[in-house]
Amino acid sequence: MAVVGVSSESRTLTGPGPSRPRGWFHKNRMAIAPWLFVAPALLFFAVYVIIPIFQSIAISFYEWNGLYDVNGESTAQWVGFQNYIKLLDDSRFYISLKNNLIWLVLYMLAVPVGLAIALFLNQTVTGIRIYKSMFFFPFVISQVVVGLIYGWFYNPDFGVVGSVWKALFCEEVINIVGNVTTKCSVSPPDILADETWATYGIIFAGLWPQIAYCMILYLTGLNNVSPDQIEAARLDGARGFKMLRHVILPQLGPATFLAIVVTVIGALRSFDMIAIMTRGGPYGSTNVLAYYMYETAISEYGDRYGYGSAIATVLFLIMLVYISYFLWKMYQDEKGGM
Amino acid sequence: MKLKFKSTLIAAAIGSMISTLALAGDLVINFDDPNPGPKAGFEAAVEAFKKAHPDVNVTVNINDREAHKTAIRNFLSADAPDITSWYPGNRMAPFVEAGLFDDVSDVWEANGFSDTLAAIKPTMTIDGKQWGVPYTYYQWGVYYRKDIFDKLELAEPKNWDEFNAAAMKLKEAGVTPITIGTKFLWTAAGVFDYLNLRINGYDVHNDLTAGKIKYTDDRIKAVFMAWKEMVDAGYFIENHATMSWQDAIAPFQNGDAAMYVMGNFSVDAYKNAGLTEDQIDFFQFPEITPGLPRAEEAPADAFFIPARAKNKEDARKFLAFIAQPDIQTEWNNTIGQLPINNQATVGDSKFLKEGFETLSTAAGLAQFYDRDAPAQMAKAGMEGFQEFMLDTSKMDAILERLDKVQEEVYK
Repeated sequence: MAVVGVSSESRTLTGPGPSRPRGWFHKNRMAIAPWLFVAPALLFFAVYVIIPIFQSIAISFYEWNGLYDVNGESTAQWVGFQNYIKLLDDSRFYISLKNNLIWLVLYMLAVPVGLAIALFLNQTVTGIRIYKSMFFFPFVISQVVVGLIYGWFYNPDFGVVGSVWKALFCEEVINIVGNVTTKCSVSPPDILADETWATYGIIFAGLWPQIAYCMILYLTGLNNVSPDQIEAARLDGARGFKMLRHVILPQLGPATFLAIVVTVIGALRSFDMIAIMTRGGPYGSTNVLAYYMYETAISEYGDRYGYGSAIATVLFLIMLVYISYFLWKMYQDEKGGM
Repeated sequence: MKLKFKSTLIAAAIGSMISTLALAGDLVINFDDPNPGPKAGFEAAVEAFKKAHPDVNVTVNINDREAHKTAIRNFLSADAPDITSWYPGNRMAPFVEAGLFDDVSDVWEANGFSDTLAAIKPTMTIDGKQWGVPYTYYQWGVYYRKDIFDKLELAEPKNWDEFNAAAMKLKEAGVTPITIGTKFLWTAAGVFDYLNLRINGYDVHNDLTAGKIKYTDDRIKAVFMAWKEMVDAGYFIENHATMSWQDAIAPFQNGDAAMYVMGNFSVDAYKNAGLTEDQIDFFQFPEITPGLPRAEEAPADAFFIPARAKNKEDARKFLAFIAQPDIQTEWNNTIGQLPINNQATVGDSKFLKEGFETLSTAAGLAQFYDRDAPAQMAKAGMEGFQEFMLDTSKMDAILERLDKVQEEVYK
């Protein structure tokens, strides 16, 4: 706002005299200028976000394999709410929905763990910056790389899990062609191929960078904790957990809010980890809604755009609840701040 | 800035020149395999075509296989090339049904392909018309460690009893009979297809993938029962669900597993893993139901003319050209696969010779479960196969679920 005010002022100083009749634009410039600034962003937001949302909702009422015929006309067929009715009876859909919830709940662990590490690292020792950067490191590497690393980590043949298991339960023997192989009394766990454990395995991998992210948020938050208040609290005899609960944490409120927001977003963005580690498998048991939508609509055996759009719409409605709450909360905070 | 403007002008001029040239006998071909071997084979065939038809100006676009699968959905209805590579069987069905491929029955008729390409004709046919011309295929079967078989004095099993006896003997010697990696699902479909083809035969395979037989049908149940016996007896390696087909070569290479139900493209991978030609060999998947005509898996790759192609005349010349025996011979020598034209000669490798023997005497050729069945069915089916291999006790639940998917897919 301030910028607009300055520029309009300078405009009147250098412009022609007040004798010139003032146009509509001139009269309303204070109202128009902000819109002009926002226009490009609005345009792109509409083209890439808003319009596709409605297109996707529209497609969800059709059965369509994504093809256009020779004349460029869509081969889609109107089926009304059929896709949604199918969705209600689709066990894969419920598995995905359940996994989404598991992701949201377990991903929240990143917040307290991140806080704990931040508190631990918030001290002045030689080389603390190196430790801090090492803890932050996993957030810098791409999700895809994290997924790959953990895929190997869990591998029952050559991964860390497999190696530890082999050291405990297996012995080396010479096989028929004279090569070394291992015989195990109990076969090693195949975490990513086990329908009960695979999702937890991926979440655990995802937590690694997410904890680092929360940690860095809290570290910056801790920098802003007022030393006076700590001093005062200390004089009043507050120590340890009491100090944390009643003095530090309230001051970390904004950091906590941000950490929760990014963690929820992170949990909803679990797509890349799943794609790289299990591709939704074994047999769909690690799907979340986003990946299930991709699988039905776009992947090699998909091409069911209508059904995929129906899943996308459900996901959108769920996220809408969260986003509305988030916006409402922000609005309330701003109102309180004023 | 000025320089940049100039170069864009030049680029635009060149661009317009190319597009004007395009009007005069231009042929655009989209191909889907940039790997060195397939690319060289394709380019050599294009060169030969240019020599035979100097008046045709050929432009080639080679795209990555996965990218091609996505791109074809757009370019067929928007900016279509004159020729594109794609796959026969059910994979071409959506495009044929949307009217995006040109009917090329005339090319088949004019060149006598019904005789020379007879083996593959059924899979190129929808509604009694042919929609493309294939240039290569390869066999599936059992690849095995010959040195291990020799050490245990095992011969190539010809029937199911011999196969089971061999598997038991391998197990006694501490060798897992079969390696497999089901992370990407389709490998399990290979095992299922072969059990089905050997127990019930070609027609049941086709009826199943066409949705005419239920998965809970007794014949399909019999397949799963045989498979269950194999899994429960420990024929397959553990941890297969985290392995790709390439990962599953490791135990095969190490001598921990002795057989692999696979396609011929895997031979290169065995050799890259350090196995020599003496250590590996091939046998046809053994007979299960005595006297049943032997059908095989033989996925083919083919070329198609999009309905929106601009130069259909030269495109037809190209299709006729790539099915010629000499062209198919050379092309498949380069890529190490089998020519489809029965007048062509097969490459020197022992696997190709056995493959040719296997396919040319087969009673029927299947494309593979995921090419014969529609995409949605294939996906659900293959997930079911993987789940079944991890826990055979879920058999009935899986089959019932597949029935439900089937009902929805083929309505």
